[in-house]
Amino acid sequence: MSALTQYIELHDQHLATIEAHAPAALNTLRRQARQALEGAVLPRKGQEDYEATDLNAVFAPDYGVNIGRLDFDIDPAAAFHCDVPNMSTCMYYTYNDIFHPSTTARKVEGGVVVESLAQAALNHPELLHKCYGRLASLADPTVALNTLLAQDGILVYVPAGCTAEKTIQLVNLLNYTRPMMVVRRVLVVLEENAHARMLVCDHTQSTEVECLSSQVIEVFAGENSTFDYYDLEESGPLTRRVSSIYVRQQAGSNVLIDGITLTNGVTRNDYCVTVEGEHAETQLLGMTIASGTQHVDTHTHLDHRAPRCHSNEMFKYVLTDQAVGAFAGKILVQPGCPRVEAYQGNRNLCASDTARMYTKPQLEIYTDDVKCSHGTTIGQLDDEALFYMRARGISLDEARNLLMQAFMADVIDAVRLDTLRDRLRYLVEKRFNGTLANCGACAAACK
Amino acid sequence: MLKIKDLHASVEGKEILKGVNLTVRPGEVHAIMGPNGSGKSTLSSVLTGHPAFTVTGGEVEFYGKDLLALSPEDRAHEGLFLSFQYPVEIPGVSMVNFMRAAVNEKRRYHGQEPLSASDFLKLMREKRAVVQLDNKLASRAVNEGFSGGEKKRNEIFQMAMLEPRLSILDETDSGLDIDALRIVASGVNQLKSKDNATIVITHYQRLLDYIKPDFVHILYKGRIVMSAGPELALELEEKGYDWIKEMHNSSAE
Repeated sequence: MSALTQYIELHDQHLATIEAHAPAALNTLRRQARQALEGAVLPRKGQEDYEATDLNAVFAPDYGVNIGRLDFDIDPAAAFHCDVPNMSTCMYYTYNDIFHPSTTARKVEGGVVVESLAQAALNHPELLHKCYGRLASLADPTVALNTLLAQDGILVYVPAGCTAEKTIQLVNLLNYTRPMMVVRRVLVVLEENAHARMLVCDHTQSTEVECLSSQVIEVFAGENSTFDYYDLEESGPLTRRVSSIYVRQQAGSNVLIDGITLTNGVTRNDYCVTVEGEHAETQLLGMTIASGTQHVDTHTHLDHRAPRCHSNEMFKYVLTDQAVGAFAGKILVQPGCPRVEAYQGNRNLCASDTARMYTKPQLEIYTDDVKCSHGTTIGQLDDEALFYMRARGISLDEARNLLMQAFMADVIDAVRLDTLRDRLRYLVEKRFNGTLANCGACAAACK
Repeated sequence: MLKIKDLHASVEGKEILKGVNLTVRPGEVHAIMGPNGSGKSTLSSVLTGHPAFTVTGGEVEFYGKDLLALSPEDRAHEGLFLSFQYPVEIPGVSMVNFMRAAVNEKRRYHGQEPLSASDFLKLMREKRAVVQLDNKLASRAVNEGFSGGEKKRNEIFQMAMLEPRLSILDETDSGLDIDALRIVASGVNQLKSKDNATIVITHYQRLLDYIKPDFVHILYKGRIVMSAGPELALELEEKGYDWIKEMHNSSAE
């Protein structure tokens, strides 16, 4: 049986409740999503672009959904200590699926708006109507399912010419006592010459039950806008995450998306970037550190539809124990796009005999005058380097850690936020030497 | 300090060392010479515990401990040091982090507190001077992009940092121009004391002009076939190895 059925039934039986707790723009699209799901099935393992991950199995457990929008009587800021302190960010939380502007959040300056979609429906109804769901493809059943059940989310709106000086940080906390699915939407709209950076941290505080977070993020990058999006997952072994990021770039825009997984259960990250204007720049970066039975699957689709654009894609994995990694990336250069430069790299280190990496780089080029490349490597730790370090008195474990950290150095260096880069170096070191606190007892353990 | 008794070792099933005997006492400098393929580098690899080599017989005692039973890192902690013939490049690992890990793991092994950041940097500065190693090299990744001479100087710098009781210099002179050779040799001589010892593995007499050996051994076909004073090295320089080969081969028949 398709895992979708239970959620469609939930929707059909409780449509009135769902709609009552959601803005009109979400409800309008919900009807299209319902149609799109007619006869749809979730991808199973082995299907094209799902060689390593069974999404049907990910959605199969009977997850509850908080359609009544019950709030939780908790102050997330008090219950959570961030892994990236001293950043001086504008901090926001979602606790399970409820948006909390932190009481300690500094006011965002210069006309920048960060609010729940429910508030946006009141304050910026036209924007919501114009942008919500315009990038995410309902042909993807996981996106359609998210759209079917989404009731709220977050809007980040940077009006023309505005700059968000401080990084906008969004901390997503999962803390449930029974298996639940969180349905999250994030809408980011940058108008012309708008500039912003975002850091999103995913944490799971509950350690007893399985949770699933389904998220769809849409980013509109207007002409000459710049946007950095850092996505740091530090969830737990029982967390399932299915995330899709859709980006549309206009001329002269500069977008960096960086997906980092330090701890998780099963994660599928889709990145879909469409470059529509000339002289746009795209950085698509990723770093995965996986041990135990962690499973991280990345899928990227970079669609160059305009000439004279530049994109650089680099995803790195370090896998140990029985961890599984997957990467499938496609660069598409449409006809009539001369002088596009697009590079893709996927470098992987399998540091145990039982770790598995699946990788599939793809280029599809329909214009002659372009520079494109892709490269994939899967390697093991260098035995001679290990022995050299041991001969100097460095223990085997420490030598392995040093080599694994070194492997990640360039993707960490590519982070454009100084404080985050330094912090990441530290977190990665802690991750490799096994002292990164699992976030269950976050407030106490992270310093 | 070091007693090697009837050491046999093989790599990929092929026996390379066929009964090596050697005793080294504190304050001594031993040179091991011999033609290509006689097992000189195998001996240094086996003593430091390279996993590709299998010891098939014999024993090695280091300050009363069974050296062969120790892991490579513990051999280093006990005071054994190998200057690699081919130092390994480790991109992404800075010299500072590499040396700090090495120094502090040794301190921990001996029940000492790790060095503070400032004490450690001071030590780095002090020891760099021994081989005139540029600060720029010390702040780069381990051996990455170093010239041949810089790599060998870096080996002696690491030796200075770790203050070993027994150093094995495996063809430290190969790939060195005459100036670099002097700097490296002078570094080794500065580190020499009555309490530590050095084994110099080399093809040529040249290095032994700078690092004066007390004993010269000839390793051939996996055995030490001749031991004498420093004059043996000069004789070899003059006559080559053929007479040794002939003598050995005829006596073996």
